[in-house]
Amino acid sequence: MEKLFETLKLALITLRANKLRSLLTMLGIIIGVSSVILLISIGSGLKTYITGQLQDLGSNSLYVVPGNLELQPGGGGSGGTPGAGAAILKFTLAHYRELTQKGTTLKAIMGYSEHNGTVSYGGRSKTMQVAGVGYQYPEVRNQYPELGTFFNASQQEAAKKVIVLGKTVADDLFPNENPVGKKITLSDNKFTVLGVLEEKGAFGAVDMDNQVFIPFTTAMSTFDVEKIMSFWIEAKENVPINEAKEEVRQILLRTLKKDDFSVLDTASVVSVISQILGVLTIALSGIAAISLIVGGIGIMNIMLVSVTERTREIGLRKAVGATPKIIMIQFLIESMVISVAGGIIGIILGATGALAMRVFIPTGVSWWSVLLAFSVSVIIGVVFGVLPAARAARLNPIQALRYE
Amino acid sequence: MRKVSKMPILKLQNVGKTYQIDSQKLSVLKGINLQVYKGDFLAIMGPSGSGKSTLMNIIGCLDTPTSGKVIFENRDVSQLSEGELAQIRNRKVGFVFQTFNLIPRTTALANVELPLIYKDIPDKERRVLAKKTLEQFGLKERICHFPNQLSGGEQQRVAIARALVTQPLILLADEPTGNLDSKTGREIIKIFEDLNKAGNTVILVTHDADIAAHAQKIIKIHDGEII
Repeated sequence: MEKLFETLKLALITLRANKLRSLLTMLGIIIGVSSVILLISIGSGLKTYITGQLQDLGSNSLYVVPGNLELQPGGGGSGGTPGAGAAILKFTLAHYRELTQKGTTLKAIMGYSEHNGTVSYGGRSKTMQVAGVGYQYPEVRNQYPELGTFFNASQQEAAKKVIVLGKTVADDLFPNENPVGKKITLSDNKFTVLGVLEEKGAFGAVDMDNQVFIPFTTAMSTFDVEKIMSFWIEAKENVPINEAKEEVRQILLRTLKKDDFSVLDTASVVSVISQILGVLTIALSGIAAISLIVGGIGIMNIMLVSVTERTREIGLRKAVGATPKIIMIQFLIESMVISVAGGIIGIILGATGALAMRVFIPTGVSWWSVLLAFSVSVIIGVVFGVLPAARAARLNPIQALRYE
Repeated sequence: MRKVSKMPILKLQNVGKTYQIDSQKLSVLKGINLQVYKGDFLAIMGPSGSGKSTLMNIIGCLDTPTSGKVIFENRDVSQLSEGELAQIRNRKVGFVFQTFNLIPRTTALANVELPLIYKDIPDKERRVLAKKTLEQFGLKERICHFPNQLSGGEQQRVAIARALVTQPLILLADEPTGNLDSKTGREIIKIFEDLNKAGNTVILVTHDADIAAHAQKIIKIHDGEII
């Protein structure tokens, strides 16, 4: 015990005597550990946030998207890569009508599409996301106009050039006037502003109020697409979601093939997104972990130099009674002190970075990632310290004492 | 029954050391017999290449013989493992080297404490013991100095304190005056004489006849044999 404590003290003295060298050696570990911690917490933060937001959309929502996604909640191995079948658009207004007329379990059916567009008014213009939605959007999304109205069923049916602004867009284009009733230009077409939606806040770094809404029918003509991109369907409250899902599938199967579309519910979307984010996090952390290995090699290198430099000291220690074992332990402790100190600094930096990322996403530093980073740095200290330490332990004391 | 004091503390029986260099065998020591009694003051003399360093290494348990026996207080140490030899060195032998071999960036006190650490002596006791030994050699004011702040003579006195702090059976000095001027060298030899008078067993390895003359008994080595 006495020896161990003294050895630890000695290691600290040695490292302090070579401050710059020790710091540079730690750098690899510091960078590796901090980026692993940062990436893990960003990954889990994104996951929490996105799934939270999606669940916020409600458990009664269904999404009909083109292509066969073969989503299997819980992540079965046989499910193809989501998005691999990305997919020729096949939905038409006829499908919309059929769903609307025949769906007994469905409350609201909306066509849904996203575009980029530039809106201009009175010399001001702004590029943002244009959403083609159904007239039921305020009810489904639980976001109502604070000024004017949303468009109604007949305006949607007639594909009228009407537009509802998000709060940010309204503030930017109409800083001093009421936008309702004004004519604005979107993709060379004049649109009449019907209303402004109440604020919804940001989805991560994306300002959800920085978009405009037009009927999906209007979006088809304005952006020159013949098909409907997707459907956003709200099932009736008392209907089990799987029943509604099955009904949608049956209706669409009359005119479409099985592989032409997929019906997703919130739960399966959440599961797929967490899966993708999980894999991404692991892959990125793995890449970051490579710098841990590089850092370990750096430690090994500097420890080998240190053993050579201190050959005489090792010889003397052996002469006055140090066993090969205690010399081995001495150098192992030194490399572990470097790697663990690097690990601790890396954890502090990574955690600080992760907490700073809270401005954008709700990152959290999980205790297991800290524990993992800490144990990895201990292991690196041991693994990459063994070779130099063994070399020191094996030194012949007679030759070591004569070493110049 | 023989008296205990007549028992040799160290006995070399027919000790030989042979090195294998490529296909050639090189005999550095040939059938050395030697007995060291408590309170002896020996000088081992010989020109370089005579095998005196190898003999010293074997006496100091830094090396093992290829033939023969080395008996330390009735225990044959010629076949021990490296770890076991380290313990013998720690408890029974005190080394003083020509080049002092103090550990740099470590105070005089810490240098003297070093063998006690490997002997598992607790913190406080160790410090007291090391301080006392340093004071014994007139280094009271130098306790917290680093080796590069000490003169050659002072460094060698720290090294002697380090060798003696464990109260070893044998004090083994390898050309202890070789790196010192003649005046300081005489002071160091005086210390060894005094230590011997106080009952310590001293073995001095040197090629200098004037220094060897201070010993009670001179052992001359030539071509690996005692002459």
